[in-house]
Amino acid sequence: MFRFSKTILVFALFSASTAAFAIDKYQGVGRQATPAEVKAWDIDVRPDFKGLPKGSGNVERGNELFEEKCASCHGSFGESNEVFTPLAGGTTKDDIKAGNVKGLSSGELPQRTTFTKVATISTVFDYIQRAMPWTAPKSLKADEVYAILAYLLNLQEIVPADFVLSDKNIADVQKLLPNRNGMTTDHGMWPGAPAKKGGIGNGGKPDTANKACMKNCKPEVLIGSTLPDYARTAHGELRDQNRSFGPVRGTQTLGPEAAKKAADAGTLDLATKSGCMACHGMKSKIVGPGYSEVVARYQGQTDAESRLIAKVKAGGQGVWGSIPMPPNGHLKDEDITTLVKWILSGSK
Amino acid sequence: MGDMVKQPGRLRPAPENFLSEEQVKAVGSGRRDFLRKSFLAAGAALAAPMAARAASEGDINILENPAWTTSLGMPVATNPYGMPSKFESQLLRRESPGLARVGGASVSFAPLQGLFGIITPSGLHFERHHQGWHDIDPSKHRLMVNGSDDSLLKKAKVYTLDELMRLPSVSRIHFIECGANTGLEWGNVAVPTVQYTHGMVSCSEFTGVPLKVLLEDCGVDYKKARYVLAEGADGSSMTRTIPMEMVESGEVFVAYGQNGEMLRPENGYPLRLVVPGVQGVSWVKWLRRIEVGDKPYATKDEAVHYIDLLPNGQHRQYSSIQEAKSVITTPSGGQTLLDKGFFNVSGLAWSGRGRIKQVDVSFDGGINWKTARIEGPVQNKALTRFNVDWVWDGSPAILQSRAIDETGFVQPTYGQLRKVRGTKSIYHNNAIQSWKVIESGEVSNVQVL
Ligand code: HEC
Ligand code: HEC
Repeated sequence: MFRFSKTILVFALFSASTAAFAIDKYQGVGRQATPAEVKAWDIDVRPDFKGLPKGSGNVERGNELFEEKCASCHGSFGESNEVFTPLAGGTTKDDIKAGNVKGLSSGELPQRTTFTKVATISTVFDYIQRAMPWTAPKSLKADEVYAILAYLLNLQEIVPADFVLSDKNIADVQKLLPNRNGMTTDHGMWPGAPAKKGGIGNGGKPDTANKACMKNCKPEVLIGSTLPDYARTAHGELRDQNRSFGPVRGTQTLGPEAAKKAADAGTLDLATKSGCMACHGMKSKIVGPGYSEVVARYQGQTDAESRLIAKVKAGGQGVWGSIPMPPNGHLKDEDITTLVKWILSGSK
Repeated sequence: MGDMVKQPGRLRPAPENFLSEEQVKAVGSGRRDFLRKSFLAAGAALAAPMAARAASEGDINILENPAWTTSLGMPVATNPYGMPSKFESQLLRRESPGLARVGGASVSFAPLQGLFGIITPSGLHFERHHQGWHDIDPSKHRLMVNGSDDSLLKKAKVYTLDELMRLPSVSRIHFIECGANTGLEWGNVAVPTVQYTHGMVSCSEFTGVPLKVLLEDCGVDYKKARYVLAEGADGSSMTRTIPMEMVESGEVFVAYGQNGEMLRPENGYPLRLVVPGVQGVSWVKWLRRIEVGDKPYATKDEAVHYIDLLPNGQHRQYSSIQEAKSVITTPSGGQTLLDKGFFNVSGLAWSGRGRIKQVDVSFDGGINWKTARIEGPVQNKALTRFNVDWVWDGSPAILQSRAIDETGFVQPTYGQLRKVRGTKSIYHNNAIQSWKVIESGEVSNVQVL
């Protein structure tokens, strides 16, 4: 016993100085992170700008970068609905004054964009820095993020065309965000103390208080809406999405001419799984050409199929621009053939 | 054979295979008489080659031993990783067309219409990715724990899988539901089947290490550090703020196991956060970093998405807990009952606030209710399976289920929910689901206010 007393003493001192629990309790498990490691991964930026890197960028540079790295998916003005909901648009000068986007309550807004919703500029900085461009996340330098954000803010008419955004003035821009007063945490879906006692929710109080009535609970059944006809068939053949035995069958929703459509959808699945859809749209360019553009280009060329099969397999550049398509040698030959045939037959 | 088919209380065997396309169409359009007649005809045709046997003797599947009874089967390990029967190919994860524009930032829904019990087979677990999924090499994966400030944590640490898997582990069954589950239906009925209305919920047994163990190993200061930022290792490096209350309670854990094996890549292999009762986006997949902080983070997926738009134009931020909800899965939208008579109506109930206490079912659109049986285990913040007897007399009906959790909270109607939250929210739709049954036996999605 005596041999251990020293260790016990050290341990006792140690635990007195930390709370009730001991750090480094599990021998051989975990090690201290180096400062360089923490710096490499700890890139988050908080609403109070903790974590914000130093740097700056202007609207013009942002415009160039956006055109080069972002416009293919988001449109030159952040307006595109093709790959994701629009980034920009939907706010007014009055919204900037009020800090509330009026369109959100008036119902005039056709679609919510990023800037109609976001209440914290740090969010946009943090997200572009960590996740964009979508196919090359974390490739932007801090100055580039500032420049692109300056451009987006200018599109939103929050800052003028000659604006230089930096770590020094980003807090001022925060005060101009159109929906900066648009968030509430007054709800029961966050645990812990309510806001007035230092938490951020309402203390867990739910919105509704239905009663477990069992008999004659209401005079009549009010139907709010029923399944529209188009929605009955929009999800393909429901018969084939259920077992062919058991107490029920899937309802047959498609006629025979829909068989081709269903096969097309199968190939679309394959294209999605194979990663093609990250770079190609049905109609328009994402990183590579839209499929209908490919069809238009190779119409009437009998050897197109075999050439394109070889190209998709090996990858390559120069036909549509300088961006290369990576090789797809990891895919099965028959799948590449199916995909190219599908593209050339007017993929749907 | 006619008599056998007509035996009351018996469901007929699968008729589809016997029918011509024309006939199938007729059945699909609700002429169920046709089905009866053609089954008789098909039965006769099938019986013909077996002339030796009189049809009246009984079911040919009994009278004649099939190939699998009269021949040698496959050896062990033919499939070193076993797969479902080839007859189960209909039950797949599926996307909802038009919901998302690119597969890397989309959803695939679990086929709830065909699942049993409470555990979702790992291969059918719903998927939601924001920047595609990867199959990460576990030997290169690291988990870092640090503080937004040095004063919140004594020591920033790094753990490998080798190390995490040495720590004391817990295994718990929990549901995970995307905050946007049933989000397509806030305004009106939009999708046909339970796969698309409710298929962003799944339930697994997860195995891992309570996050509390790691935070304490790093010397967290719970007084100051009231929030946790969880971050993924994928391209999106998904980040969400997690309430420290849930970490301190021991509920939140860092999981590597799912249903007895490692997590599936689509579900975060080799490491994900499990935040019981909270919407799926907070269960950060491919978890690589935990930061403790004194303020919430307002990350993109809690400041631009997963925020609930209210009628007054305000958005609710940090809405996290999934309130009590339930849905009948058999029979459900897009299915057709084959016959009148007895059915075991079955469904799922769950609550982010604890255990399910009771589930009631209505067959008349919510005028009268009957308490359902609880079919299996009732676990904390887990799917709970219920079922109830129903004898369908062939007349129209509207089926509903209503969950009550251990806090006494009763799942709301659409009318009640919309009164507070309007119709534009996208997130946290836990309204009572209704399925309408018409005379033909076809079941479809309706909303009862
Ligand atoms: C290859 C297509 C692609 C490119 C290129 C791209 N993005 Fe994105 N972007 C997306 C997708 C897809 C999403 C949605 C991701 C998700 O669901 O989490 C997105 C989301 C965003 C968002 C969040 C919007 C919101 O409302 O949630 C911002 C901001 C953004 N992108 C900015 C940029 C910037 C800046 C660039 C250029 C540096 C860029 N993107 C390049 C595809 C792209
Ligand atoms: C990382 C982005 C990327 C992915 C993933 C990708 N492509 Fe491409 N694809 C491109 C680019 C860029 C081009 C244009 C190449 C050029 O200019 O020669 C292209 C060109 C094409 C062409 C036209 C080739 C020509 O010479 O005209 C076809 C067909 C095609 N892709 C099919 C596919 C298929 C099928 C897949 C999936 C297996 C796929 N692509 C995956 C980027 C991609």
